[in-house]
Amino acid sequence: MTAPLSSPATRLGKLVAAAADRLPLSTQIRRGVVDHPLPNSLERWGKLVGSLAAFLLVVMIATGVILAMHYTPHVDHAFDSVERIMRDVGSGWLVRYLHKNGASLFFAVAYIHVFRCLYLRSYRPPRERMWRLGVILLLLMTATAFMGYVLPWGQMSLWGATVITSAFSAVPVVGERIVAFLWGGYAIGTPTLNRFFVLHFLLPFAIFGVTVAYLGRRRLTKDLFALGIFLVAACVLVFWFPDHLGHPDNYVPADPAVTPPHLMPEWYFLPLYAVLRAIPDKLMGVVAMVGALLVLFAVPRLDRSPEHGGRPRPWFAVAFWLFALDCILLGYIGAKPAEGVWMVAARLATAYYFLHFLVVLPLLTHREPDARGRLPGLAATGLKALTALAAVLAVASPFGGETLREHDWSWRGPFGGYDAAQLRRGHQVYSQSCAACHGMKRVRFRELAALGYGDEEIAAFAAARFVTDGPDDEGEMFERPGLPSDAFPSPFPNDRAAMAANSGAKPPDLSLLAKASVGGADYVVAVLTGYGEPPPATEIPPGTYYNTAFPGHAIAMAPQIFDGAFEFADGAPNDAAAIARDVAAFLQWASEPELEARRAMGLRVAAFLLALLAAMYALKRRDRAVAMPKRRVKT
Amino acid sequence: MSEHVEPPTRRDFLFGAIYAAGAGGVLASLLPLADTLAPAADTLALASIEVDLAPILEGQAITVLWRGKAVFVRHRTPAEIAAARETDLAKLRDPQTDADRVLRPEWLVAVGVCTHLGCVPLGQRSGQPRGDHGGWFCPCHGAHYDTSGRVRKGPAPANLAVPPYVFLDDTRIRIG
Repeated sequence: MTAPLSSPATRLGKLVAAAADRLPLSTQIRRGVVDHPLPNSLERWGKLVGSLAAFLLVVMIATGVILAMHYTPHVDHAFDSVERIMRDVGSGWLVRYLHKNGASLFFAVAYIHVFRCLYLRSYRPPRERMWRLGVILLLLMTATAFMGYVLPWGQMSLWGATVITSAFSAVPVVGERIVAFLWGGYAIGTPTLNRFFVLHFLLPFAIFGVTVAYLGRRRLTKDLFALGIFLVAACVLVFWFPDHLGHPDNYVPADPAVTPPHLMPEWYFLPLYAVLRAIPDKLMGVVAMVGALLVLFAVPRLDRSPEHGGRPRPWFAVAFWLFALDCILLGYIGAKPAEGVWMVAARLATAYYFLHFLVVLPLLTHREPDARGRLPGLAATGLKALTALAAVLAVASPFGGETLREHDWSWRGPFGGYDAAQLRRGHQVYSQSCAACHGMKRVRFRELAALGYGDEEIAAFAAARFVTDGPDDEGEMFERPGLPSDAFPSPFPNDRAAMAANSGAKPPDLSLLAKASVGGADYVVAVLTGYGEPPPATEIPPGTYYNTAFPGHAIAMAPQIFDGAFEFADGAPNDAAAIARDVAAFLQWASEPELEARRAMGLRVAAFLLALLAAMYALKRRDRAVAMPKRRVKT
Repeated sequence: MSEHVEPPTRRDFLFGAIYAAGAGGVLASLLPLADTLAPAADTLALASIEVDLAPILEGQAITVLWRGKAVFVRHRTPAEIAAARETDLAKLRDPQTDADRVLRPEWLVAVGVCTHLGCVPLGQRSGQPRGDHGGWFCPCHGAHYDTSGRVRKGPAPANLAVPPYVFLDDTRIRIG
């Protein structure tokens, strides 16, 4: 990846070098990078991580600029504008999923780098300035990611922002005023959203600047093969599991009157969140959370042991892997409810986090116990394996809740798509039953073409419903038959009317219901077929029904689906379970209409990447064959 | 250090004074910029709201939005009032008598924002957890409030705030 001489890239490199010479940091960096190079293999690793970070930064800025062209930072329009990107903007879902998952990958790369530096103790002189610059990068990334997560304006966005900004109210005396200043009001609102949007746009340029200083004159990796493996993994994430790392609640529009029962941040903030919750005092909780990050600045002072000249330090390895395990544990606890055994675990894990930095590291500094025995080596290996296992389990774990029966959906599996006949049956059930109370304001009649309906059929479906339009020339609102460009209307003029007609419980809009529920379509089936008699000693409030799947078990919706309640033209089975599956499939399609296009594009991208990967592997083997004899001469 | 150090001259002093004045000017010019980020006049002037209490039966509660925040209005039962009145103040983290927190004993009006990190506590609807003291329970970080909205357990440092409100007549209040 080196540029030919006198190309623009080299000129840019010269410029950067010139700028670096004028920065007071430059000597430190040069001493760190050039005069004290790392061993060859580690240097290659460092280049790879740096290249990945640089690549992701470019992807994030490119996709972010495009998203900003379509996004509206206003509490009434933010969620809708993001959904418009997902559904109506050409390839908008791809850009948004790249940006959303790119943040996760960025943090994954950064965390791997941080742990690698901690393991190699890359923070020792003369590299301590580099290390501190890296911590500043991490802090900038944290601020940027936090503000970016607020922008989609889902429930998790609003309440995550509320919790973190409210943390400043822990500051004595002026805390409340700081919070009002951050919000620009008495609560998080449009002024907050707008300034977060601007800062989320601005900070990446600061990150870019610090990254240039941080990477300095290090060249990009030549290990295209490793880069290719990363791209394949990213492709699988974006095209097949784009929402796996986010909580479904963020597809529920923000509601300032209701906090989601299981509030949690994105995975990369879960350890910090666990630290915040572990301490039963507000001010100290906030201090601990901030301290957990800031303690990284002090690491070069805490670990002052001299060079060990490559002598193995088995006890240090044991301490390191214990610490890594502790961090993963903290992340796991951060996603659990703040009660009972989890609180105890959170306190222990938090205590160990600080113990590692404040006690273990300085102690190991003074003397590494003489460890010729195999015990620490074995312990380190065991801990390493345990850490890897914990990481895999934590990544694979679902968002909790009761386990639902999993159905054999047509879209299960990497090549699955929707079953158009099933969707048509589901649409029939929705129109004849659900639509009496539930609208779908993000799904337009014209989109039914994806179910195999013709233009005339779609026009007839639309015309069968009435939508409010106007005002007309007299200034009056009027009702007219629907058009294919209209969305599935709600039968109620507004939320208040919907609540009044349903004893206080608003029938939710169904456009995103499947995607916004833990368990997706399985959850929809479980609710529709989950009615029954409440178990003894369970009190159900008047006007509600007992339902095994609904959170809290008291649902305001009466049972709707019975054996034989609908007749399907295609003669498909119409027992209650089959009907529930059909309408759940329809709702799944309504919430993820792009799924088939996404997987089709994913397959093409994966095929391209695998071909590229094969070429990169061939290149790597050739390079190694050439490089091998050379190295033997050198050393 | 054997090197000779020049005594400060008038020129140095002038330079220092100019730098100090310049820095002061820059700081002063940043103040209006920061001021634009504070709550704006229309936000500060947010209208007060009126709440009709008539439909709220004893034991029920409603949530209204005031200044973008949830406000709890709870019609307390005699048992809840008694529990709130009989609490030993010494046991409270933020000691306040129930009488100081209500205008009329049967009506509790409190900002429904947990004083820990700003979540809306549960306990408004029947069936929701109300914590160990029959008031509210915040699901975010586990704070418990009693029937007077006072914090009893968990990380919250203060009681639920009581907004300014007046009774317009027996069944209507104005908040704000």
